[in-house]
Amino acid sequence: MQGYWTLTRRELAAYFYSFTGWVVIAVATFLVGLSFVVLLDRLGNAPSPAPVTELFYQTYYFWLIVLLATPVITMRLFALERFSGTFETLMTTPVSDLTVVLAKFSAALVFYLVMWLPMLGCLLVVQRFVHQPGALDAGTLAGMYLGVALVGALFLAAGCFASSLTRSQTAAAMIGALLGVSLFSLGFLAQRVPTSASVFRQALAQLNVFEQMQDFARGVLDTRAVVFHLSGTAFLLYLTLRAVESRRWR
Amino acid sequence: MNDGWMIEVAHLTKRFAGRTAVEDVSFQVGRGEIVGLLGPNGAGKSTTMRILSGFLPATSGSARVAGLDVFRDSREVRRRIGYMPENNPLHPEMRVREYLKFRARLKGLSRRRSRERVDAVLEQFGLTDVSRRIIGQLSRGYRQRVGLADALVHEPELIILDEPTQGLDPHQIRSARETIKSLAGAHTLLISTHNLHEAELMCHRILIMLDGRVLAADTPENLQKLMAGGGQVVAEIAAPAAALRECFAAMPEVETFDLSACEGDYYRCALTARAGVDLRPQLFALARDRGWTLRELTRNRHSLEDIYVRVTRPEEEEE
Repeated sequence: MQGYWTLTRRELAAYFYSFTGWVVIAVATFLVGLSFVVLLDRLGNAPSPAPVTELFYQTYYFWLIVLLATPVITMRLFALERFSGTFETLMTTPVSDLTVVLAKFSAALVFYLVMWLPMLGCLLVVQRFVHQPGALDAGTLAGMYLGVALVGALFLAAGCFASSLTRSQTAAAMIGALLGVSLFSLGFLAQRVPTSASVFRQALAQLNVFEQMQDFARGVLDTRAVVFHLSGTAFLLYLTLRAVESRRWR
Repeated sequence: MNDGWMIEVAHLTKRFAGRTAVEDVSFQVGRGEIVGLLGPNGAGKSTTMRILSGFLPATSGSARVAGLDVFRDSREVRRRIGYMPENNPLHPEMRVREYLKFRARLKGLSRRRSRERVDAVLEQFGLTDVSRRIIGQLSRGYRQRVGLADALVHEPELIILDEPTQGLDPHQIRSARETIKSLAGAHTLLISTHNLHEAELMCHRILIMLDGRVLAADTPENLQKLMAGGGQVVAEIAAPAAALRECFAAMPEVETFDLSACEGDYYRCALTARAGVDLRPQLFALARDRGWTLRELTRNRHSLEDIYVRVTRPEEEEE
């Protein structure tokens, strides 16, 4: 347990020591701000009954940020340590492989959630000016943040796995982005599958992270979606663990 | 409880896809010893150390540290080892004290204990003045000391250093050697190097590795004697075995000898001379005086000699 906290703290600190961490935060903040400008502009032209949080996810900026930021956040986790050789000093301490994977993933997740904080500010600004209590209530906000965290966890786990496969951060980011985009497109594939293969189609529809996120943003907590995200994350982290252990059986 | 051996390696073999890095290596290291693994690049030194430190598993054979199997009791073994890999990898963005504190906590030291130990190793390696500096901005010599401090921060019984003086300037090398020698006694040290001179200076015992095998293991003095001496002389003589034994036993220059019967009356005699003596003229004289037929007389250039040449050559080219 001590190893876990020590490592998580260091990994998290490493984000703020590095230029990359600040760039990620800056880009995310910029895109969030931009999306809100677009959103408010649209709302000014045509008022909508839907909550602001839901409208935000229809702008695609959210997905742009997730798909762009998660591979960059996770790319250094294992690849950099392998490249610089610190992987060896790390793995020869009495800390288990599982602890290492979980600590690195946790640090990435915390950083990712920190990255989303500016959005909270934007939402508060919106609330202040729309003078409508229904525009943003605590439940919707909680549902949305849970959604952001769950989607993030899934994509970050994919990024972790990508990073554990290679010594090159660039390759890790590219593989991570590839996995992320594939995951994202999976749900849209359902519309392409012929109706005759209805079981397959239904199964694919369950994997639609885009629609699931819309539910979350509406404040709807669908257990299936939660289970899907959590099990997907766990599976990808398991693959990461196997990749980290691979030096033992390769 | 474990025969006093700190390291026991038996028939250790490590194969990577299509390549054997370490083949049937066996050796022991006693507590408090400084043992050097000497060999050219690619001899299997680093792989052996990685297996001992629990980073890589062996393909076959066993390795025990302080009586514990390095693979089965991996975490317990890792607690007892301070390992500094090749090129001394560090986190360049961290500050010296912060890094050592992080490492101490990672190795399971309590908050209070880690503070005490970090202070102690900072003092021990003369890092107190730079403890707030960023590691990436330190000179190589200082970074080397940070790596050593990390290896020692949890007071391990066994310290494994892979090429600890690589990339240092001569002055830094001298000070690093002094530091390493000062660790003897309280700790057991396994050090790898491709520098023969360095191994002789620092180590109580040297294991010479080449192509994944241990070719010789002895004190530097004995290895030198082996080099300086005439080595082994092989003679095939047609004579009664008893008479040969008697003669060889009577020759003061012969340290050990071994007879094996060949076809006919011939015996193949392998003789090891005392340091510095070439036995060949004496053997010829013996055969001539006794009227025995001598059909072969050769001196085995000890294979070690070739290795020494190979081991030392890269160093000479560098200088």
